[in-house]
Amino acid sequence: MPLYHDDDQAMLADSASQFMREEGAINKQLRHWRDRDCKDGFGHGLWEQFGEMGFTGMLVDEDDGGLGMGHVEAAIVLEEIGRNLTPSPFLASSVLAATALKHGSEDLRSRWLPGLIEGKSVFTVAIDEGPKHNPQRIGCKAEKSGNGFKLNGKKAFVLHGASADMMVVAARTSGSDDDTDGVTLFAVPKDTSGIEHDARRLVDSSMATHTSFDDVELDGDAVIGEVDGGREILNAMLDAGRVGAAAEGVGVARGAMDMTVDYLKQRKQFGKTIGEFQALQHRAAHLYAEVEIARAVTIKAAQLLDGGSEKAELMASVAKAKVAKAAGLAVREGVQMHGGIGMTDEYDIGLYMKRDRALQEFLGDQYYHAERVAQLSGY
Amino acid sequence: MADDLEQFRSEVRSWLEANCPEEMRQPVRDERDVYWGGRNASFKSDAQKQWFEACRDKGYTVPEWPKEYGGAGLSPAEGKIFRQEMAAINARPPLSSFGIWMLGPALLHFGTEGQKQRFLNEIARGEIRWCQGYSEPGSGSDLVSMQTYGEDKGDHWIVNGQKIWTSYADEADWIFCLVRTDKENKYQGITFMLFDMENQGVSTKPILLISGNSPFCETFMDDVKVPKSYGEDIPAYVGEVNRGWDVAKYLLGHEREMISATGGGDRASSLGSVTSRQGELDPVLRAEMAMFDVDALSFTAMSEKFMDELKANKGHPAQPNMLKYAGTELNKRRHELLMAAGGSAALEWDSEESGGGKTARSWLRTKANSIEGGTSEVMLNVISKRILELPGG
Repeated sequence: MPLYHDDDQAMLADSASQFMREEGAINKQLRHWRDRDCKDGFGHGLWEQFGEMGFTGMLVDEDDGGLGMGHVEAAIVLEEIGRNLTPSPFLASSVLAATALKHGSEDLRSRWLPGLIEGKSVFTVAIDEGPKHNPQRIGCKAEKSGNGFKLNGKKAFVLHGASADMMVVAARTSGSDDDTDGVTLFAVPKDTSGIEHDARRLVDSSMATHTSFDDVELDGDAVIGEVDGGREILNAMLDAGRVGAAAEGVGVARGAMDMTVDYLKQRKQFGKTIGEFQALQHRAAHLYAEVEIARAVTIKAAQLLDGGSEKAELMASVAKAKVAKAAGLAVREGVQMHGGIGMTDEYDIGLYMKRDRALQEFLGDQYYHAERVAQLSGY
Repeated sequence: MADDLEQFRSEVRSWLEANCPEEMRQPVRDERDVYWGGRNASFKSDAQKQWFEACRDKGYTVPEWPKEYGGAGLSPAEGKIFRQEMAAINARPPLSSFGIWMLGPALLHFGTEGQKQRFLNEIARGEIRWCQGYSEPGSGSDLVSMQTYGEDKGDHWIVNGQKIWTSYADEADWIFCLVRTDKENKYQGITFMLFDMENQGVSTKPILLISGNSPFCETFMDDVKVPKSYGEDIPAYVGEVNRGWDVAKYLLGHEREMISATGGGDRASSLGSVTSRQGELDPVLRAEMAMFDVDALSFTAMSEKFMDELKANKGHPAQPNMLKYAGTELNKRRHELLMAAGGSAALEWDSEESGGGKTARSWLRTKANSIEGGTSEVMLNVISKRILELPGG
């Protein structure tokens, strides 16, 4: 398969680009909800429009009413989300949770997927338990209780946790905290008794919760896949989410870079357009190279994921790390090259820096993933 | 279609299995493991000879060139499969040459039928070894300022001047050379000439580099008589007289692609997995290697994307400059890390254990990657002007 978009994918990119530019624009969404101190961090109206566009269920199998598309397609939508800093539950719901639900029973799928596809339901995932990504450690415990389970423990960095109708929770059903085996995934409905959300606003104006579970009673049919067999599904979910987050990061990087290059062509100092200065030209050109490479490896990782390749795991980490490096460079150079105006809230470039920071942490930063690249490469 | 390609893959696989000797699947250890062809060529081993001849007879020295010019006439998709299958068994290239990488593509694009019939077949069969005469002592990055002059004498030119950085000129049979034929016209006063290095007045002098090797020469042209034609439909120049700059620019694009594809960090295996076998890595060095591997594996995807886009006529025409920049800078970093991982063993210059100082010499050699074929700084200039469309100069 060639490493560029085919005609159908190019059409999807066009329509996603137009939609995000018009409906998902910074002033219409990110600033709008931020300035109203919105407790969701995104607009439900836009989420329904995502449904009308067919985005919400793009990864869902056709038999379940979705579009049965792949990660290359999801990456196309996410790149446009990133470029416009469009706040939405897409990554958590339509990529991460939807990937988990692929492994769920028919009952689970028919209970949750129709709402997702319509853009009525919002999902999230609860994996990490501390401030740094560490999915190896699952300390939350789910103990057998009657026909179901009793869930206890705490999760951190749950994206829009308080707004989610369902969260996929990774919990331990056997073994100790750092064991690979003994993990089970649960589809936990909102408002189940014993769940408490401590919601925090993050640097990028999104919302995340510290969520605690105190003797939360779950039905046996809330289990996704097999009891004690959740690690494999969790890994599939993480790979999908990492490639998705990388794709969004590519969009953030490209958005910041385009803004900055435009600014270099407009701003005048010393009687010249500052883009004429070679000191800035070379930095902009270097940035271009880094962003192009990050984009290439993200498409590659998505293709490998869609093809079920055994290299997908490695390349998902390569992509996540590379995008973190490139997007980090894009936003830092962006603010610097904008000069003083880049420090103002009025100008959008700072918003890119904030979103990049949050995205970097989500599902593992460049250090986490470089370490993983080393391990998967056998050193 | 897909079935045909799978059929082709299995044919290639069994052909390679039957024809590529075991010795030709080992990594290249020294200069003589690379076969360059030419009038004075000799084989290092029987296996090298056998492998070269098998490929030559099948058109596999230049698999994607048309059959009538010595190639195998493979489609782009078949060519990709052929390269994948070669890579899968670590097969060495049967023939390396500037004829294949540079003159060939220029002739395929600009050449006359007569030139293609003669020169491409000679290249494909490894009969003539070519070198490239571009840079001059006073014209490096500013190549178009070159001064080597060919005076028009009717049916021939008399060429005088000096070229530098001519790769393996002392071993080459023929040269493709930029010669000024109009002193008044900077860009449209250069002719892309082809001539025999045995012509009277051509002399070469190897340049000793910091690596201790001499892959480049100075080439002197002192009243060299170059005929304007080598026979019917075989002019001694590519393209038109005074329009050699178009050919040179086209070829520079190819050279950048080649350097970015082969000299860059374009390796499928990670650096860390190669070097960690040498012993315990310092944790900070290991971390740097991991960061390098992130960049290198990403660049591999970029190279693949670039090649796919090239075949489909997609992508920005100035993109090779970006690959050249990123690939060469990456390769320099790779060799810095190899030196660090190697420790004092990597410092050895001529011991047998060090393969004649392979690690150190390669490290030094890579410093030229970001100078030859357009410096990194020139690449950044081109990216900022042609891709980002930044203003000025």
